[in-house]
Amino acid sequence: MMITSWNRYPLVSHTNVLDAVHRHESLPITSGPLLAFGSGRSYGDVCLNEGGVLLRTRRMDRFIAFDESTGVLVCESGVLLADILDLVVPQGWFLPVTPGTRFVTVGGAIANDVHGKNHHIQGNFGHHVRKFELLRSDGERKLCCPDKNIDWFRATIGGLGLTGLITWVELQLLPIINPFMITESKRFHSLDDFWELSAEAESQWPYTVAWIDCTATGKRQGRGILMLGQHAPAQADLPTWKERPRRFPVDPPFSLVNTLSVRAFNLLYYNKPIKKGLALTHYKPYFYPLDGMLEWNRMYGRKGFFQYQCVLPPEASQEGIRDLLNIIANSGSGSFLAVLKTFGSKISQGMLSFPRPGATLALDFPNQGKRTLRLLNELDAVVREAGGALYPAKDARMPSELFRSAYPLWEQFSTFIDPQFSSSFWRRVKE
Amino acid sequence: MKRFIIFGATSAIACACARLWVAQGHSLFLVGRDRAKLENQLADLRVRASPGQYLDSMSANLNDLEQHESIFSRAEAVLGGVDVVFIAHGTLPDQKACELSVGQTMDEIQTNALSVISLLTLAANRFEAQGSGVIAAISSVAGDRGRQSNYVYGAAKGMVTIFLQGLRNRLAKKGVAVVSIKPGFVDTPMTVQFDKKGLLWVQPETIAQGIVKAVEQRRNAVYLPGVWRWIMLVIRHIPEAIFKRLSL
Repeated sequence: MMITSWNRYPLVSHTNVLDAVHRHESLPITSGPLLAFGSGRSYGDVCLNEGGVLLRTRRMDRFIAFDESTGVLVCESGVLLADILDLVVPQGWFLPVTPGTRFVTVGGAIANDVHGKNHHIQGNFGHHVRKFELLRSDGERKLCCPDKNIDWFRATIGGLGLTGLITWVELQLLPIINPFMITESKRFHSLDDFWELSAEAESQWPYTVAWIDCTATGKRQGRGILMLGQHAPAQADLPTWKERPRRFPVDPPFSLVNTLSVRAFNLLYYNKPIKKGLALTHYKPYFYPLDGMLEWNRMYGRKGFFQYQCVLPPEASQEGIRDLLNIIANSGSGSFLAVLKTFGSKISQGMLSFPRPGATLALDFPNQGKRTLRLLNELDAVVREAGGALYPAKDARMPSELFRSAYPLWEQFSTFIDPQFSSSFWRRVKE
Repeated sequence: MKRFIIFGATSAIACACARLWVAQGHSLFLVGRDRAKLENQLADLRVRASPGQYLDSMSANLNDLEQHESIFSRAEAVLGGVDVVFIAHGTLPDQKACELSVGQTMDEIQTNALSVISLLTLAANRFEAQGSGVIAAISSVAGDRGRQSNYVYGAAKGMVTIFLQGLRNRLAKKGVAVVSIKPGFVDTPMTVQFDKKGLLWVQPETIAQGIVKAVEQRRNAVYLPGVWRWIMLVIRHIPEAIFKRLSL
């Protein structure tokens, strides 16, 4: 069966697609390699298994226990973050860390050790996982937590689904009082302004992220909008808010994202009116602006797009981000929205976790074949030079040597891989 | 708040229905074959429910008709009465294997028709006496016309469909609604061996929304999704002389 992930590239053929439905049942016996597939919201081939079997986990979506006094939630790995929020927000709890879409499974969030706008305070998703069960193809069930099977815990968090099937998970949630956020947006006019503003904001705000205009050059390079947030307090005067999801209506044969539309969009976005001072925003549009447009990935046409997310260490961040933006601006192939954020110093739990101290930049590029690949190779050179890393969850093409140098524990990690498990990504970077 | 008994509660469609009913604040008594699956499902529903909702389960082999009376009694005892009976259990036979085995054919008829009819009879008598209630059962579009590819299943479901029609006719004046539910192709573990690419395949959650609405509105017979009403209208009206030559 032909399957792609969210960015619609690559389109990969699988010999079979099976469903994991009951957590107490054993893994299917298959002739080819096996890989768990959650919501398919990663970009690239980390959730794909060409020529092998995918084990979909979305049917394994039961809650097991929730203690509303302590905020400890136990659930199966196929539960969506959206389902968790729907359950716990009315009871005064929130996900301690969330990526930019809530339509990912808990298992996927662990396997990719996802991060959010609060990395500088809360670290990664894995930092809030108290325990989980790992089902191996030999039938063994390993209970993994920081004081039991710690090696397996560290291999599986950020382990890209290769160590076995995560069947259930225990999470510590974050207390909140209502579903709203206090937010503030600040426009900045250059990269230098960003570094200054961002450092100051991080000492005061739990959530920070910047959208930048990657088409701007010269003195305006790196201009953008810094978006700050914190959970609203008890006596906030809450506005009414109703979700009105829209769906990207057409499946165009070609990408609607091109030099012209990107330039126009970035110009508009940078200049959009910004409310002065503080605002109250519901958590959904604040954390998940793109979830409001279902199937937005169609915008890039049938060939799909590449997402490129890198992290550069602190000492190389300023120069490195500048170089990356220069290359992107010169290529004329811009991204709608580039996201820039600095990671905090919390050490990741996982052997293959992506977040590490420094600055992270994320961009989307429509797939224009060789031209795009050439651009991404140029960006790689900057990342390599800076001693940075690319994010496997958002990768469809990083060279093997870049992966190995950025993830020095990969050899140690590989001893934890389940003999029956593999992925297109893993075979690609291991070669 | 209403009190439900759900037979075949761990099936994908019933699971999705149970979540919707729990979200509406109802109390549920789940009946299923596999104790471990039932317990996992019950835990899930308990997390979703409020303390005031009553949730319980019982494992039973519904092919053992002797047990049916005691299941109803127990559910009535723990729920303090029953307002809705939802029958969702069933199996999808291997048609070719059934053709070669009378035993297997009879087993499938037993599971998909006779056990359902036993439950329907008990539910009907109770609701008739109390003068209220809704009985809903999952039949299938396959019960509308026999086809070579799955007529054993179709015959069992057809029997359920006709039985429900009769019950509806009998109970209409007694304040009891009888809802026949006829789903088309649903992406569940029951249909795991099929390639589910076609437009007609839907998720169990979609079917569940239709069922919850049909029960609420005390509808007579619903096709889910609704497009099957028109597809089956055509299928039912193809003259037998032509139909027998088709490979459906």
